[in-house]
Amino acid sequence: MTLPPLPDEAIVIKAHVDDWRAAVREAGRALVRSGSTRSEYADRMIAVIEEFGAYVVIAPGLALAHARPGPDVRREGLAVVTLAEPVPFGHPHNDPVRVVVGLAVSNAEEHVASVARLANAFNDSGVVGRMARAETADELRALLGFDGTAEAGA
Amino acid sequence: MKIIAVCGLGIGTSAILKVNAERALDRLGLTADVDASDLAGIATAAADAQVILTSSELADAVRAAIGRSFAEIVEVSNYFDVEEIGAKLEISLG
Repeated sequence: MTLPPLPDEAIVIKAHVDDWRAAVREAGRALVRSGSTRSEYADRMIAVIEEFGAYVVIAPGLALAHARPGPDVRREGLAVVTLAEPVPFGHPHNDPVRVVVGLAVSNAEEHVASVARLANAFNDSGVVGRMARAETADELRALLGFDGTAEAGA
Repeated sequence: MKIIAVCGLGIGTSAILKVNAERALDRLGLTADVDASDLAGIATAAADAQVILTSSELADAVRAAIGRSFAEIVEVSNYFDVEEIGAKLEISLG
């Protein structure tokens, strides 16, 4: 049960964005840089929120941006974007968002196990705030439960 | 007893909700099968379910999708708050 890799290319610290779409786009670009997706995947993550609403804001301050598996997903991938200034996504309880986790999967089944591990990290209610304040990629990886840099390699 | 965790796509957020619902049930000493589903599949998935867990953002869409079903819809705000999930499950299962 391992998380997808989270290399430095997939991490953006204290990004400046004007709105939720720009925040999701940052996560999309990070997934492209790490080799997980093509650029169209960002549009599909935005389309999910346009279609279903801000339910992807699954905890206070945290958005889990994702879309269905598709031809624009090269391999399973994870990206983390922290925001310099929080932005609203339109969720009644959990706005504003300070951390966007981008997720790309190549099939739904293989993915449940890695999401379970992500859930472990976020069961600590203080972790979103600590991620928002993190200054380095290593800090963020440690907060998400990556054991060491070996696991973080692409 | 069967519980369905539903989100727009049936991956990602519903999987997190499923994991934490299982934790909440564990703490309550209850056993149930918890499955994840997307909105498109919810009518079938909910046919023999007692409870549907979802986001308040999706509750109306779920209600429309299941039509005539006996399943109760439980809205969760914080998917990582096992206490919130447990308290709400306890009410609807109690």
